[in-house]
Amino acid sequence: MDPNRKRAIRLTVALTAALVLATSLIWVSFSAGREDLTASQLLKRAEPGHSYILAGTVEPGSVRRDGPVLYFRVMDPKLPETVAVRYTGQVPDPFAPGRGVLVSVTAPRSEGGTFVAQPNSLTTKCPSKYQVAEPSRRQTRVTKLESAVKDY
Amino acid sequence: MALIGQALLVLALATALYGIGASLYGARAGKEAWIASGRRSMYALLGLAAFAFGILEWAFIASDFTFNVVAQHSATTIPAFYRGAAPWSSQQGSLLLWVLLLSLWSSLALHLTRRRLRPVVPYATAVLLGLGAFFTLLMVFYSNPFATTTPAPTQGAGLDPLLMHPTMMFHPPMLYTGYTMLAIPFAFAVGALITRQVGADWVRMIRRFALAAWLFLGIGIVLGALWSYTELGWGGYWGWDPVENAALMPWLTSTAFIHSIMIQEKRGMLKVWNALLVLLSGVLAIFGTFLVRSGVLDSIHAFGGSTLGVPFVILLGVMLAGSIYLVSSRREALRTEHRLDSLLSREAIFLFQNLVLVGMVFVIFWVTMFPLISQALTGTKVSVGPPAFRPFIVPLALILVALAGIGPIIAWRRATLANLRRNFSFPAALALITLAVLLAVSDAASRPFSLAMFVLGAFVLAGVAQELYRGASARRAITHDPLPLALLGLVRRNRRRYGGYIVHAGIAVLLIGVAGSSFQHSNQVSLRPGQSTYVDGYRFTYVRPTASATSERIELGAVLSVSKDGRHVTTLHTDQGFYPVNNPSYGAIGRFFQPGNADTQVGLDSGLTRNIWTVVSPPLSSIEPYIAQGDRRFNAAMMQAAKMPPAQAQRFLGVLYQLRDAAVFAIIRHYVSQPAPATFLLIVAPLVIWLWIGAALAAVGGVIALLPLPAPARRRASAPYPVGLVREPA
Repeated sequence: MDPNRKRAIRLTVALTAALVLATSLIWVSFSAGREDLTASQLLKRAEPGHSYILAGTVEPGSVRRDGPVLYFRVMDPKLPETVAVRYTGQVPDPFAPGRGVLVSVTAPRSEGGTFVAQPNSLTTKCPSKYQVAEPSRRQTRVTKLESAVKDY
Repeated sequence: MALIGQALLVLALATALYGIGASLYGARAGKEAWIASGRRSMYALLGLAAFAFGILEWAFIASDFTFNVVAQHSATTIPAFYRGAAPWSSQQGSLLLWVLLLSLWSSLALHLTRRRLRPVVPYATAVLLGLGAFFTLLMVFYSNPFATTTPAPTQGAGLDPLLMHPTMMFHPPMLYTGYTMLAIPFAFAVGALITRQVGADWVRMIRRFALAAWLFLGIGIVLGALWSYTELGWGGYWGWDPVENAALMPWLTSTAFIHSIMIQEKRGMLKVWNALLVLLSGVLAIFGTFLVRSGVLDSIHAFGGSTLGVPFVILLGVMLAGSIYLVSSRREALRTEHRLDSLLSREAIFLFQNLVLVGMVFVIFWVTMFPLISQALTGTKVSVGPPAFRPFIVPLALILVALAGIGPIIAWRRATLANLRRNFSFPAALALITLAVLLAVSDAASRPFSLAMFVLGAFVLAGVAQELYRGASARRAITHDPLPLALLGLVRRNRRRYGGYIVHAGIAVLLIGVAGSSFQHSNQVSLRPGQSTYVDGYRFTYVRPTASATSERIELGAVLSVSKDGRHVTTLHTDQGFYPVNNPSYGAIGRFFQPGNADTQVGLDSGLTRNIWTVVSPPLSSIEPYIAQGDRRFNAAMMQAAKMPPAQAQRFLGVLYQLRDAAVFAIIRHYVSQPAPATFLLIVAPLVIWLWIGAALAAVGGVIALLPLPAPARRRASAPYPVGLVREPA
């Protein structure tokens, strides 16, 4: 076969493969993606049964545990609105009131109801790296327990 | 000392700027003295950065809280090992480490090339010093590691508990080493393109640095995965987090480059491609650093407090625009010397492998950045998350493993039918046998992609074993050494080739581990002491709760007994450690039990066939009423103390603190004696250990390929005895 023709065929095949990859990637991204919403955006836009990613800060004083179920409210970063979340699954170690979280939630059937989180979907932002938190949230070792090590 | 540190940074910036000027002037005017002066500026930058980093290290070790960065990221209660490693948990310290490592590797590269690549080196020096100047500039104007506060606090804020893990202390320096080493190929590529010296010389010079960058970046990534698996308490080792992806992308492009470089060295082909890959790897290394520090994407590594996004965007813009301009304006000089002879050749396999790797980088980049892309296009931030990676990355990884098996055993230029039959029969047969055995004795067919990975992994391992055996046999025929000794001699004399084969075997084993772990079974369950549950045929019994208190943390945990078919398998202990917080608003007792300041100790039984992995969420609700009661009483006592004369108040507080400790012990004793149901995450995952074994094997192969050849092997090979030549016809 003519080498130039061979090269043209190879180029066409490669470009077609790249085009297929790019098109499917774009399609998957837009069809499978979920909106990242703040509490106020979620309250405005949520449609019953639909899933969203809720981003915000855990409201201080809102965390409550009932066996394996964790209840908390996520605050909007700017507006005085919060969303109630019911979560089951692994709770990340840094999870605490005042920390930034991301959680996948499904909108409730009734208005004002609790958003149900997808199990094990809770992500808590790491509190220390490259970020100086406000003094009230700084975590400091206290003076050591006066008692010696004591195991039970 | 802080003042000396600040002065060193200013001096470092001035030195780097001078070095850039000296190198560029020397190159333009052809003055060797100025070029040498530019090179020495890099050595000086190394000295200054090392001195400055030494001061910062001393401040952390000595807990000098006048340094803001020490007060914010360390405390006297932290073990000395972690205090010494704490500098790079801060942005300021990690920027200084960046400059130190960059100047270290750059000095090494410039020292090695002081009599080589004369036209290219001054421009490479200027680029490397430019990167050094950029990071020093950030420290001088934006993020100063030597900023101080007077009076100094008596105690520091401490290090995040999650970061107090041995792997986490080595993981960042390994990644930084990888990132900074990628700057060297980038700089020499820029120099080669500016001077149009685009032959194989610059490629040969940077090969070892590219390989070292690949190795360190890979070790850093695997250490991060190991930390995630053993410390983060979710049972996984890879979460497709933006910051993880930021490290993976340059690793993939450098993997592509260290393969395609061979084609340029041997055949003079792929010059444009190689230049693009090197430049892209350099840009992606900076992009990774940008993602870590800009906070543009939501990541568990939360970097939102940083203000360095804009300078990094400017640097990335300059690097990208410059790279595109250089490659497009030098395309004539980059014209290839040869064409691909056949698609059935090692060159073609390397090229396919390169395309697959770049395809993977494109997928990872797109999905990682999609929240920003979608926001720019539609005004709405849309996340796709880990599920979007799998439909693309898994098939591409399968193709990559297949190519990793074919590459080492297919001939250069054009493979003949005889070559294919001779080299592929054994690996293909072993792959088919693996397939048949897995279908017959396991449920691997339920996951076709994993099954394919096992089969292709067997193909790669068989191909590598075949090559090692053939090479060792041929060597034994000459040296009459025993086979193991012949094998060692073979690898020793052909380190690049056989080191590479060992890397291929390691990656195959690693991916077999990944495929195996997809068959994991897990269960999240609430158990009372004495109760049991089953996961994948294993019976987990919650034996008893545990509690302990040390000066640093309070541990609330559980002992689990694991058995299978009535036989005891292992006993596991898992706990959650609570680090006290120094915040009165949490209460005198409550601050010892804050869930947000805790870390998890995984109960792990690791075996060659399966891992049993457990974590516990201690039921704090059972002790919360006592904590609240204690807080109320101590609050009242503290208010009473506030009304007392100072001397009396001091005595009173001394007694009160003793009572507080007794109360804490009483509460954790109650946790043990009156146990409430605890929540467990229990996972049985097959073959996970092979992921770490494969990574270690790949690292060993990388080190072998990196080592210089022994002196006799560098000489031209000669036959051990005289060869009779056929007399030419007269």
